[in-house]
Amino acid sequence: MSDIPDELSYTKEHEWIAGLDEAITVTIGVTAYAAEALGDVVFVQLPDAGATVAAGDSVGEVESTKSVSEIYSPVGGEIVEVNQAVVDDPSLVNNDPYGEGWMFRVRVEGDPEDLLSAEEYTALTSGES
Amino acid sequence: MSRSTPLRDVHESLGATLTDFAGWLMPLRYGSESAEHNAVRTAAGLFDLSHMGEIFVTGPQAGQALDYALVGHLSALVPGRARYTMIVNERGGVLDDLIVYRLGDEEFMVVANASNYEKVAAELADRAKPYDAAVEDRSDRYALIAVQGPRAQEILATLTDADLPGLKYYAGLPGVVDGRQALIARTGYTGEDGFELFVANEDAVPLWHALTRAGEPYGLRPAGLSSRDTLRLEAGMPLYGNELGPDLTPFDAGLGRVVKFDKPGDFVGRSALEAVKDTPPRRRLVGLVARGRRVPRHGYPVTKDGAVVGEVTSGAPSQTLGKPIAMAYVDTGAGEGLAVDIRGSHEAMDLVELPFYRRNK
Repeated sequence: MSDIPDELSYTKEHEWIAGLDEAITVTIGVTAYAAEALGDVVFVQLPDAGATVAAGDSVGEVESTKSVSEIYSPVGGEIVEVNQAVVDDPSLVNNDPYGEGWMFRVRVEGDPEDLLSAEEYTALTSGES
Repeated sequence: MSRSTPLRDVHESLGATLTDFAGWLMPLRYGSESAEHNAVRTAAGLFDLSHMGEIFVTGPQAGQALDYALVGHLSALVPGRARYTMIVNERGGVLDDLIVYRLGDEEFMVVANASNYEKVAAELADRAKPYDAAVEDRSDRYALIAVQGPRAQEILATLTDADLPGLKYYAGLPGVVDGRQALIARTGYTGEDGFELFVANEDAVPLWHALTRAGEPYGLRPAGLSSRDTLRLEAGMPLYGNELGPDLTPFDAGLGRVVKFDKPGDFVGRSALEAVKDTPPRRRLVGLVARGRRVPRHGYPVTKDGAVVGEVTSGAPSQTLGKPIAMAYVDTGAGEGLAVDIRGSHEAMDLVELPFYRRNK
């Protein structure tokens, strides 16, 4: 069973969103479940800081040995920061998906896409595994 | 419903990610596929290959039957030795690539890919009809476990008295491993030294555990199909369905050397292959190394100055080179300056000779 921290929100595309309650800037990454399903991540492409995105936009890519997946922004707003460390060392996605493997930060404008609680995301992923 | 090998419960207990491969539920990886890949390059890896097919051809004319059915000269094979060969259709198109072991004067074992062995067994039976030879598909009775890597011989030597140093590459001998009857073959699909052990289904689990224990001090780890694929790609070895298929001849794949025109008698595909053997193919199989970090993958177009000049057949990040690599069919004469269209972005590639990796002997 993958780690699914209670305090985060989730998407059906296996991303997590932190900080939704406290601030207008949120942090986004992929879940441990997604990291395990991908296998060893070898390449991460992230958007440019300063770009404006709409909720549900494809903003980047995660490549593993066997597959490639798109990264979506679950919220609309301005990309205020991207994690250069994960670009330089994509294995951070596997080793610390909720920590050093974070991907980008968005200053939120408008309402996010339909998000899932930890409980709902647990149900989603146990249905798939 | 996927079929399972005798080792399925072992894979699950090791936490493997299982995947459907050619109708079989097989381990894709146990943990990190990069670590499994590196273990095979530097120490050893343990593979379950029980999905492969074993077809026995026996009888006084078994060798002649195989000479007619396959492109190789199998009747010339010395007992105890093996050959890489192919079965083609009348048009010279590849139906499968095979390893044929001569076990005795009148006994051969044909090892075929999981996706093809039923078709191969049926073709062999049909083609052997005029000969005094019997064809029997015994795939359901045999498991296949491979130990691959520079420490493979040391590991296997702790479990058998067989003369491993005397066993040459592409040779196989019957022996006893951990008290169980096995065909011990020095073959593989990783670019490393190593052994493939054909055993009865019921011996697969105890043999796997014995090899795991014996290999522990040497750094052996279980390895799944994901690392098997990146290992064979680095070694420039073709995969049926990617580099080989019914619309390609052995010459298209740069493997015309397996076609033995000088053997006696006719063989299926001879006239079609003789017609093309001196004709340069329209496309040839090449190696590509990416300058960037994005990975060229199966089916992506190869381009030059924006025009399509080929197609990627296999691609992956290479652990050994530290860069993405690919095999691709590219128009003869396309030359340098190639790119691969990776989801709309044309990524520069360097053209290299295959294989990407060759072990130090």
